[in-house]
This record gives sequence, C-alpha cells and structure tokens, in this order.
Amino acid sequence: MNRIPRALGHALSTTLAFFTPESGGSPNADNIDSLYKIVLAIALVIFFAVIGGLAYALIRFRARKGATAAQIHGNTRLELGWTVGAAVILVGLAILTFVKLGSIQNPPNSSAGGASLLGEGEGGVLYASADRRLPPNGRSLNIQVVGRQYIWQFVYPGASEPDGLGAPYSYEEMVVPTNTTVTLDIVSSDVVHSWWVPQLGGKFQAVPGYHNYTWFKIEKPGVYAGQCALLCGRGHARMIATVRAVPPAQFEAWLAHQKQLIAQANAAAKVARAKLGSQVGARQVENP
Amino acid sequence: MATAAAQQPVPQIVAHRADQRSTGEARGWTSWATTTDHKRIGIMYMVTTFVFFCLGGVEALMLRLQLGAPNNTLVTPQVYNQLFTMHGTTMVFLFVVPMMAGLANYFVPLMIGARDMAFPRLNALSYWLLLAGGIVFYSSIFWNPPEAGWVSFVPLANSVYSPGGGEDAWIYLIHLTGLSSLLGAVNFYATIANMRARGMSWARLPLFVWTILTYSVLLIFALPVIAAAVTMLLAERHFGAHFFDPATGGSPLLWQHLFWFFGHPEVYIMVLPGFGVISEILPVFARKPIFGYKAIAASTVAIAFLGFLTWAHHMFTAPIPEALLVFVMLSSYFIAVPTGVKILNWIATLWRGTVEYRTPLLFCAGAIAIFLIGGISGIFLATFPIDWQVNETYFVVAHLHFVLLGGALMPIFAAIYYWFPKITGRMMSDGLGRVSFALIFLGILTTFLIQHVIGLDGMPRRVYEYPDVGNLALYNLISTIGSFILALGVLVTIVNAARSLRVGAIAGPDPWKANTLEWLPSSPPPVNNFDVVPLVRSAEPMKDIRREVQRRSSAAVPAPGSATVPAGATQVGV
Repeated sequence: MNRIPRALGHALSTTLAFFTPESGGSPNADNIDSLYKIVLAIALVIFFAVIGGLAYALIRFRARKGATAAQIHGNTRLELGWTVGAAVILVGLAILTFVKLGSIQNPPNSSAGGASLLGEGEGGVLYASADRRLPPNGRSLNIQVVGRQYIWQFVYPGASEPDGLGAPYSYEEMVVPTNTTVTLDIVSSDVVHSWWVPQLGGKFQAVPGYHNYTWFKIEKPGVYAGQCALLCGRGHARMIATVRAVPPAQFEAWLAHQKQLIAQANAAAKVARAKLGSQVGARQVENP
Repeated sequence: MATAAAQQPVPQIVAHRADQRSTGEARGWTSWATTTDHKRIGIMYMVTTFVFFCLGGVEALMLRLQLGAPNNTLVTPQVYNQLFTMHGTTMVFLFVVPMMAGLANYFVPLMIGARDMAFPRLNALSYWLLLAGGIVFYSSIFWNPPEAGWVSFVPLANSVYSPGGGEDAWIYLIHLTGLSSLLGAVNFYATIANMRARGMSWARLPLFVWTILTYSVLLIFALPVIAAAVTMLLAERHFGAHFFDPATGGSPLLWQHLFWFFGHPEVYIMVLPGFGVISEILPVFARKPIFGYKAIAASTVAIAFLGFLTWAHHMFTAPIPEALLVFVMLSSYFIAVPTGVKILNWIATLWRGTVEYRTPLLFCAGAIAIFLIGGISGIFLATFPIDWQVNETYFVVAHLHFVLLGGALMPIFAAIYYWFPKITGRMMSDGLGRVSFALIFLGILTTFLIQHVIGLDGMPRRVYEYPDVGNLALYNLISTIGSFILALGVLVTIVNAARSLRVGAIAGPDPWKANTLEWLPSSPPPVNNFDVVPLVRSAEPMKDIRREVQRRSSAAVPAPGSATVPAGATQVGV
C-alpha cells in the first residue's frame, strides 16, 4: 500500500538529482546540496515571474489595429520598489548562506566508530594554521593531497623517520576509514590543479607554493569518484581520483601493511647500498 | 520630393536616387585601406570581427563534435586544448569587444550629431592593430597554437609547461588588441564628451552612447592591468623573471588576481553595449519611450563601478582569505540589483506599448530571456559554498554562454538587422530574420540548458573526453545537436545579409520610424554625416524633428508628398 508514495518519492528524488549537485558522501556535500535547493526554489520563483512578465508584455501588448502605445516615461515608486525588493531577496540569500556556512566549512569530530586519532603534538597533526580548520577536539586524520601532472598522490600520517620521510602513500586511490573526520592538505608539485570528489564536498585548487584545506567524513563504506577540476595540461581529463572508504580496522590494517612495505623496501635498499659500497669502494653515496 | 510649394518644410529631407554610395566619395580598395572615415572603419571592424566570429564558431563546433560521444577520439587532447583556447580567446578579443567598437564607430558620431570621431587617424590605427592582432594570433595555427585556455593560468603557461610559441602568440594578441581597444576607448570618450550636438546634455544622450561611454572607461581602467600581466608572463617566459614562480618567491595566485581584475570588468565591457542596443531598439518597436531612462543610465554606471569589486568570485576555490570570499560574494550579489533593474525596465518599456514583431525586436526579447537565465545561474555561482561544487564545471560554461549570448551576441544580431538599412541603404529580409532568430534562440537553449545538468552531474570543463557514466553521453549529445542548430541560425543571417545587399528593399533614411539622430541623414549617410546638425531638445530627437516638420508643413501650404518620409522608404507601424 505504501509502494506508491515510495515510488513517487523515488521519482521525486531522481528528478531533483537532475537539478542539484552531487552529494551523499559527506555532511559538507549534503549541506551544500540543501543550500543549493533553497536557492533553486527562490531562483525558480524569480525566473518564472520575470519570464512571465516578459511573455505577457510581448503577447498582450502586441501591435493591433487601432491600438496606441501609452507614452510612459517611468514610475519612480515602482522602480524604487523593485530595486529595494531585489536587494531584500539578495540580503536574505546572503543571510541563509552564512547560516549554513559553518556546517560546510567546519569539520565535525569523528564519530565513535571512527579510527583512533592522535592529537596535536602526539605525532598527529603537525600544525594548525589560520586557514586550516580542525574539528572541535582538534583530532582528525590529516592526509596530504599532492597534485602533479597527471596523477594525484596521497600522503598519510605515520612517517617512520624525521622530517616526514617514510610516510605511507598511495597514488590515485585514497583509502580512508569510515566515521572519521579526514582533513586534507592540498598542495601541488608543478602546475595548478584542483582536487574534487563531488560527493565528498567542494573543490579546492592545488597551487604550487600554497596549502589549501578541506575535509570530509564518510559514513557509508564505498568508492567515491572524482577528478582534477582545473586545466593542468594535455592529460587533465585523465587525472582521476577515487576515495575508498573502509571500516576503521581495515584502514589500520592497510596502513600498517603500507608501512611494512616501506620498511621492507628501506631494508632492501640498505643491503643494496652496502653491497654497492663494498664494490665501488670510497665513492659511496650517503643518502641515495 | 517637395518642390512645388513656396514654403518648404524645414529641415528638408531630400532623397536623391537611392545610391549605395554618395557621389564624390572615393572608391577602390586603396581608399578603404587609407580611410579615416568612422563609417568605413566601422564597416571594416564589423566585417573583420564577423569573420573571426565564424572562425571561433567553427572551433566550437569541433569541440562539440569531440564531446558528442564519450571516450571519443575525433581530436587528440592537445588539439582539443588548442581548440578551446582559440575559441575563447577569439570570441572575447576578436569578436565581441571589437564588434561593439565597430557598431560604436559607425553610430556614436551619428547619434550625437558629430562629423566623425574626435581622432580619425587614431581610429584607423585601432582597426589596423586589431587586424594585426588577429593575424598574429591565427598564424600560430601553422606552428603551435596556445593550449592553456583563454585564462592562461601559470605555471601551466610558463616556458617550462608551455614550451612552444603559442603562449607568446596569445600574449601578442592581448597586446595588439588591447592597444587597439585602449586607443579606441580614449577616442570614444573624447568624442562623446566633446562633440555632442547643441542641446544634447548628458540627460539626453542616447542610451547606447551611455553604454559606449561606460565601455570606454572600463577599458581604460582594465586593459593596463592585463597588459602588465601578460608582459610579466612574457618576461617570465623569456627573460628570466620570477613573478609567478613560488620557488623563488613569486606566486601563481598573482596571475589569477591580475587576470581576473581585468577579466571581470571585461565581461561587462562585452555586455553593456549589448544592453545599450536593447535600450535603443525596444522603444522603437514598442512605440513608446524607454521606461526609466535615468535608472538605466545610472544602472549602467553602477554595474561598471561594481564590476571592479567582484573579480575574486572567479577564485573561490583558490587559497584566498575568508574575508575575501565573503566580500566578493556580497559585491557579486550587489551587482545583480542594477542588472535586474535594467531587465525590469525593459519589460516595462514593452508594457502597454504596441509591440511590433520585427526581427530586431525578436532578437532583443530573446536576448532578455537568455540573459535572465544566465544572470540567475550567476547567483548560484556567487554563493561561494555552491560555487565550490559547480566552479570549473559545465555549469559555469552554461552560465557564461547564457550571459554572453544573451547580453552580447543576440543584441549584436539585433543591431545588425536594425542598422543594416542605415549602413547599406537596403532592408534585410524580415522573414529570413525570423527564421534565423528562431534557430539561434532554440539552438542556444538546446546547447546550453542541459550543460547546467552536465556540470551538476560532475563533469569538469576543458576536458577532451568523458566516461560513459550516468546520462553524460545523452546530455552531451543533446548539447552537440544544439550547437549545430545555433550554427544554422547564424548561417541564415549571413545568407540574408549577402542577399539583401543585392535585392533588399530600398530603406530610405528612417525605415523604422526611430528616435535617434542616426536616422536623420540618408541611408547610407553622406561623408559629412549631417549638412545641418539639428538642435537637440530631448532624448528622442527624431520624434521632435518629425513633430516640428509636421507642425511647419501643416502651417504652410501642404505640398504633395511633403511628408517627412521620402519616397521609396518602407513605413513601419502607425
């Protein structure tokens, strides 16, 4: 019996999806979507009112035999009225935007089921700057997003050596735990790129020499697709990115595995350097 | 011709044989190459820019063909990037801005009752600089056309990531066309400020002339910034400068700020004269005065001023301070107010009029509708959290085309149909004009409405291919089909114009029974424009002239055929 309302609801949401941006992965994307819907409603009202006026004027006042045009030069009260009216609508939209802005820009705390995170000074987030926003409790999983022609690199916390060396990384696919606030530190190593996964929120430029910040928090495990959103050269269209959200335990395991691979590679390199040293003699390279 | 009566109506409008060119005017290609006459220069501008429009249009059709199917291989990524770079650059610098200059060149002196522009030789230089810029830019297609988009962001546009000469060709285009426009702007300002007919106060200036005045001031303030920016880029590319190189203390963001500080006023440079055309044409075909002349003039100036405060709304996704995000969102909202006021005043101009559905009016009405859609999508883009989702996607492509096609292209077509009779002495076919209008209007809607959805679905712009996910293939196909409908509409007008040059009805001086002074002399006007410049008593001098002629000729013995409209002209309306 409630199949009809459900079908209608589905039809409505599909139709609405036609007119609204992507969302569903993270609260910031969802909040942008709800802001968009309100602006859309106001925009449609204004559009149909003005187009209606234009169409009416063109049709109703079409030149006809015997008709004469009213020689009106203006109407000050009317003009003032619609000027003030337009301004009022825009002030309303501005207020609405600022009301919703916090929920879009400010990352929330991770949920109870999220990954265990270190705080500032505990080997977690290295620094907080005026532009970077942290959750209220100061803890987030901070991943550095590095744009380069034409592949995204992601660097995770957990450097095994000083100065960030030995940190686990991945290319093209970012692995993150669900229910955890992830903050992104977006940088570039060559030209300007733009990081964008539509379902996880807005896009932010990766500008060489700058850090740009955003966040997301994924509830549902899955793969979220995105791509570079600023012309960066001939391979721009192929600079895709995916974010794979997995349960926290699985993420910890993956991260540990990545660290283990790095440790193994470092050990093998040490052996190779020693062998090279013994072969070549005095001309050794200290830090290849 | 009024010859019989002793009292002749004053001023006497005498139509000799409807000659295509007035006798005594120089003929031959050398006279065109050396001309300093604003009318000839205007014609050269209009023809040249229309050719570039067609080139830019072909580039657009090739882009749309590549995007007509997912994972398409019609062109390589390199060629695709070159095509959209050429397309955008051509349309902005080689079509819209100089076409407005061409219309202004021909009609501003006539509308203010002047003999020519203030600086006729400088005027000619402006044209030849434009042509040179276009030739230099398009010659790059034989080597390496630029690939970094019309915005040419650094570091992509520096010598490391764009090693060929294409970026340099782009820089030279900006310099040459920029100088052309800058000199033209100074010329327009000096002409309008100093050479108005007696009695033409600022409050009686035709609205198209108001918009050209504003266009000139915008150019004077904005062009030096882009000229400086591209010079810095040239220095960085070839002379070891590091303005934009973060490794040595420079900043790529500096380019974005400089470019958009010019780039945003540039879009108002493009649409304000289009608005001026609409403000001229609507009153003529509604048979009533413009509603709220002062409000429209004031809105024009307000939009120009506010336009300098909104540039960073192109940079919402860049690492800029929160305060700038907020300020620029508010200034962008603010600029919607005078723009909306204009639209409402235009509708009020039609209200209680007697609207004649001639081609110029149809293009103006269509322009308002198309621009309205673009203006409303602009509100979404000005709301920066929303912009974070839709920036650099097809949503922006849709927005920019709606505002530019509605605010500039359709008014240009309206101006062509409206002023072709004055320039050539012949009417264009109204039937073909309606067909062209319908195809262009439908083509714009089909091509660009669906692009809002494409952008909302997550497809970025400036991508040469896209995957077959969701409905992207269907939407892109619709958009491609629309682009060909639009192209067909343009073709119909080209055919119409070519045909009308030979077989169009003879127009006479005032076929539309219009309001402004360009309709006083013959079509085309003689070299000196006016034998006698009338005293201007209102913002609609032709109405005053007609009324005065009527008054004086009814006071005198009415001579046969002494009506204000000479033989051979087509009459419109009452």
